[in-house]
Amino acid sequence: MSTDPAVSETGELRADLDIISRWIEPGARVLDLGCGDGTLLARLMATQGVTGYGLEINPDNVIASVAAGVNVLQLDLDDGLSQFEDDSFDVVLMTAALQEVRRPDLLLAEMLRIGRESVVTFPNFGHWKPRLSIALRGVMPISRAMPDEWYDTPNIHLCTVRDFERLCRMLGITITRRHMVNHAHRSTWGMRLLPNLLGEIALYRLRRDPR
Amino acid sequence: MPRTLPANSVGIVTPQSLQVAEPLPLDCGKTFGPYELVFETYGELNADRSNAILVCHALSGNHHAAGYHSENDDKPGWWDKCIGPGKPFDTNRFFVVCPANLGGYQGSTGPGDHNPATGRPYGPDFPVVTVADWVRSQRILQRHLGIDCWAAVAGGSLGAMQVMQWSIDYPEALRHALVIAAAPRLSAQNIAFNEIARQAIVTDPEFHGGRYYEHGVVPRRGLMLARMLGHITYLSDEAMRAKFGRDLRGGRINYGFDVEFQVESYLRYQGQSFVDRFDANTYLLMTKALDYFDPAARADGKLAQAFAPALARFLVISFTSDWRFSPARSREIVDALVDAGKHVSYAEITSDVGHDDFLLTMPHYVRTLNGYLDRVAEEAGV
Repeated sequence: MSTDPAVSETGELRADLDIISRWIEPGARVLDLGCGDGTLLARLMATQGVTGYGLEINPDNVIASVAAGVNVLQLDLDDGLSQFEDDSFDVVLMTAALQEVRRPDLLLAEMLRIGRESVVTFPNFGHWKPRLSIALRGVMPISRAMPDEWYDTPNIHLCTVRDFERLCRMLGITITRRHMVNHAHRSTWGMRLLPNLLGEIALYRLRRDPR
Repeated sequence: MPRTLPANSVGIVTPQSLQVAEPLPLDCGKTFGPYELVFETYGELNADRSNAILVCHALSGNHHAAGYHSENDDKPGWWDKCIGPGKPFDTNRFFVVCPANLGGYQGSTGPGDHNPATGRPYGPDFPVVTVADWVRSQRILQRHLGIDCWAAVAGGSLGAMQVMQWSIDYPEALRHALVIAAAPRLSAQNIAFNEIARQAIVTDPEFHGGRYYEHGVVPRRGLMLARMLGHITYLSDEAMRAKFGRDLRGGRINYGFDVEFQVESYLRYQGQSFVDRFDANTYLLMTKALDYFDPAARADGKLAQAFAPALARFLVISFTSDWRFSPARSREIVDALVDAGKHVSYAEITSDVGHDDFLLTMPHYVRTLNGYLDRVAEEAGV
């Protein structure tokens, strides 16, 4: 959220957001959970003509989104999304916020209730570096994707690719696309072979299972 | 007081007046007129007439929203903190218009004015006006000023209700709607407070059925009580605790019923000074307009459906310490706008004071307004 500047210092949109943009159809009605400063939504509005809203809890991010001309609603994801009707959005997005909410399982289910489709990204705790950090050094990992100490991190529900996919199966969610990137948001062949071990950030495109 | 006016003030302003001969159709079924609309303007209307912002006032407000009426004026207009050069409603960019509502006091035609039909003050004969009636009269002012479309319409509390009504009744006549410290309709508790205020006024022996002007008196006690009660609802528990606590005026308890606690003294002062600048019949009318406001009622009870015609983009702002119109009430508005597929942003400002926070300048509040109004200005080409 607040630690998620979508644009690099050179002004290039980050590679992961670029991938997400390609997953969103022109003119889609989009809900972006934890929209940060509104960069992604502003870009989707400009390039793909999407409409919709960002949800954000941080007041400075709300102000930045307002200034960017994005429809932003200052709401807490932990309060739930019950005010949104079933199938009221084409896509519900959540970039790098899943691990910060109180009940990722409930929120995921809600996302696929109100959206026809969802896009979710999170830092993969199954990556070999966090594994090594715990296995060899015996300390919680700190990385570019997870820069905070264990005591002040907003990440309260870290998970691995395998964990996430197991949850999707339990919730009746179909994974239509998966894409792994490293902290520089680049993808390699290795990540495709061993996503849970070599991918630092996981990107998923999700649908409800056909009934 | 201000011999030299602050640099970011709009300075000395003079109210203007529009005489309207054609009677105004009212929600109650009557027509009203001829009547006078009193208003003030700040800043300059640009050549495209695209930079005009209408500001709607709340219960105790009037046309005097910013600046001073004379160099000896000790207080500026009611929203002076937000209207002026470099302020959110930046008069270097925008042409700000603030009318007084019909039924008011010392502004547009109100119950204290001369009724040409009877030759006496209107008093209780003044029709019960609604938010929609006010908006209808403001539309006449908009046309008179030669403005096709407001860059924005803005207001807090009862003013915000007028903003919502504008977006529903005249969708093409405004580009942005700033709905601040609002509710989509009053709760039973809100109406209950209003009713106590009205009872305080009408049971005052000096009320004379609303014809007190002709008796040369005012229902001071009733109006004062109404204001004291209202004032409590404008402030948060926390703000009153911080401001007064249980401080005693004389430093000790006297075992009597005179003013002892500072908060009692403050409320009496607020009540008394209100009597000198406000009219009891106006108070009755304004609280009724509040009670009756309910756009959903005209749309099968569905607020989203009520907003269906709206074309404006909305900015909704609430304040965490406001218990009169709490953030939950603003979220009802936001939910309805989302359901109706309208453009809306919503900010919840952390605050201490309560309902009156919308008149103040907390940094997050001002920055939110600035961020939004920058884009309004950009669109208006100023």
